Amino acid sequence: MNRSSSAARIALFAPCFVDQFYPNVAIAALEVLERLGVAVDVPLGAACCGQPAANAGFERDGAAALRSVADAFARYERIIVLSGSCATHIRAHADDVGGAGERVAERTTELCAFLHDEIGVAAVAQLGTRFPHRVGIHIGCHALRGLGLASPSELLEPRFNKIRALLETVQGISFAALARPDECCGFGGTFAVGEPAVSSRMGRDRLADYAQGGAEVLVSTDMSCLMHLGGLAAAAHARYAPPTLHVAEVLAGRSP
Amino acid sequence: MERVGRVDHAAAAARFTADAPRTTWHDATLWFAREKRDRAAAMVPEWETLRERASTIKEHTLSRLDEYLERFEAKALANGAHVHWARDAQEHNRIVHDIFQSRGVKRVVKSKSMLTEECGLNPYLEQRGIEVVDTDLGERIMQLRREAPSHIVAPAIHLKKEEIGETFHEHLGTPAGMSDPATLAGVARTHLRERFLAAEGAITGANFVVAETGSIVVCTNEGNADLGTSLARVQVASVGIEKVIPRLADLAVFLRLLARSATGQAMTVYTSHVQGSRNGQELHIVLVDNGRTVQLGREDFWRSLKCIRCGACMNTCPVYRRSGGHSYGTTVPGPIGAVLAPGIDLDRYAALPFASTLCGSCTAVCPVKIDLDAQLYRWRQRVVEGGMTTLTKSAAVKVTAQVLSRPRVMWTLGAFARAVLNVLPSGMARLASGAWGRARQLPPAPRQSFHAWYESHRRNTAPREGEGEGEGDA
Repeated sequence: MNRSSSAARIALFAPCFVDQFYPNVAIAALEVLERLGVAVDVPLGAACCGQPAANAGFERDGAAALRSVADAFARYERIIVLSGSCATHIRAHADDVGGAGERVAERTTELCAFLHDEIGVAAVAQLGTRFPHRVGIHIGCHALRGLGLASPSELLEPRFNKIRALLETVQGISFAALARPDECCGFGGTFAVGEPAVSSRMGRDRLADYAQGGAEVLVSTDMSCLMHLGGLAAAAHARYAPPTLHVAEVLAGRSP
Repeated sequence: MERVGRVDHAAAAARFTADAPRTTWHDATLWFAREKRDRAAAMVPEWETLRERASTIKEHTLSRLDEYLERFEAKALANGAHVHWARDAQEHNRIVHDIFQSRGVKRVVKSKSMLTEECGLNPYLEQRGIEVVDTDLGERIMQLRREAPSHIVAPAIHLKKEEIGETFHEHLGTPAGMSDPATLAGVARTHLRERFLAAEGAITGANFVVAETGSIVVCTNEGNADLGTSLARVQVASVGIEKVIPRLADLAVFLRLLARSATGQAMTVYTSHVQGSRNGQELHIVLVDNGRTVQLGREDFWRSLKCIRCGACMNTCPVYRRSGGHSYGTTVPGPIGAVLAPGIDLDRYAALPFASTLCGSCTAVCPVKIDLDAQLYRWRQRVVEGGMTTLTKSAAVKVTAQVLSRPRVMWTLGAFARAVLNVLPSGMARLASGAWGRARQLPPAPRQSFHAWYESHRRNTAPREGEGEGEGDA
């Protein structure tokens, strides 16, 4: 399946819903990586990590999808996933599907984790992006607790937030102060469908927190959370319906 | 108290959230407890070390539970206590009833014990002519209202003070409309004092039992356990077998974690050690299995037995805070309840592992580091393997999984779906997207997927040498 033949050892993975609904996020990520001098491949052969099925209890049915990810990315040294949630799933479960699964699990990361840990904040600052808006950072739960992109509020450890550290390099940006900086938005994959009452209530509560913090734009590593939050605001014809952007789009200089 | 049929958490949660202001209040009340916990934990520089230590002690103890239980039994017997072993809830209830009946005990006071709730002890004794009065204020309120506790540490957390005032008005004869907490607590104290003085028997639970000393440790804020056991001539302690810890020195680790995690207090007001009984009194300890050894034998779930019942996972759970404890239909609700209950009856509690976004806050807050979200994930697999999921969900997920594992198929269907979504009016698109669409709008569908864009913008300009099998995009 893999026809790409460039010398790149790093691959970019736009998971199913990013590919289908948010192509601009992946294009922005590609642009940011290229401007930072990172050569990346976008191999064909994988569409989805199988998390939606696995989290619904159908791990066995999701295994084929996960195996396709393991196969498609087997030869890369780094696999940058445009979703904290999917990256966490691959890291936690790819070693169960055999083949290159274990190696792919170890080499899988998420865009912000990659930029922060392997490219460095100083290099990212060289992008010279301007974004004169007050941003509400939405950190997905798996990006937070699964990948360690920030210190979870439950743990008594030194505070850090890699997403914010990256965004702080952007000129003109400011940040909304939140009452609950890492409360779940209520998306949760099939939870959003199986428990619609609590799911939508959780999302509306998050929106209220961003509203009180004066967030003009919601920015996240995870478009699934933003799809849920943005969808709630749009469906309710809410007075507060902030635009949503992926971190990559902000770094690439897109406007809200 | 009898619960039959499958628990439908989503339906119960929908009823709970239908009262939006009450949901706001419930969420804020529990979140306040979480914030108190954060502040209390932050006062202990070695907090994370303590959590790790507590987890290690519990895992060690559970790995040789039989040894420690027998050591505890030997010490307790040497201290002059009677020790009973109960295989299940029925046996536990029968043992407790026999103890009281054979000693002519008709009136019993009970301090908080989730185990006796789990076993349904109150109705069992009441049906046999023994009066049981719960003396924990929250539990007494629940008993008067004939409701189950909604939280293991704060049983009446779902009630507002005005509702408690009404309950007292109805059952204890206070004036209508009285809702001042201090006044109501005073009334409860007077009411309970009479029961304490009249009781011939006292039941307590146990937060810990110490193998080294044969002692039972009970933590309360109200002193009700001490009052009961000091006054009554027959004392029964109902103890789940997972409560044993090896040494008194280990207790220090848990006591520093328990109250801080539960209520944000440094310590509970009372930490009582019961070791034997005074002259003229009897102490009976009932060690209860009731499914615990089965759970201990489950590779994926035995760590749930580390739980010290602090309730921190409930306070932090964004779902629990918005669905209320009763939505779980179990004695122990929240994340820990959702991993314990399926072990008792997978079919009945099949919905509970799905009452979570798998956000993992419970795991991070847990003072004994139970991997709650991972266990919820594993229970979901068991529910599906057991065929206990609804057919529509099962068929839909299978088809979706098939599609998602075949990129070409997905991209073709995706292009079709995007096109359809863009031509449908938004109302119909929302309808088409099922449960998602009732509250949320789907994003506007782009004309082109990322892969299609990449094919047309980048693939053709990339070096072509050494290509593998073609995809036929020419």
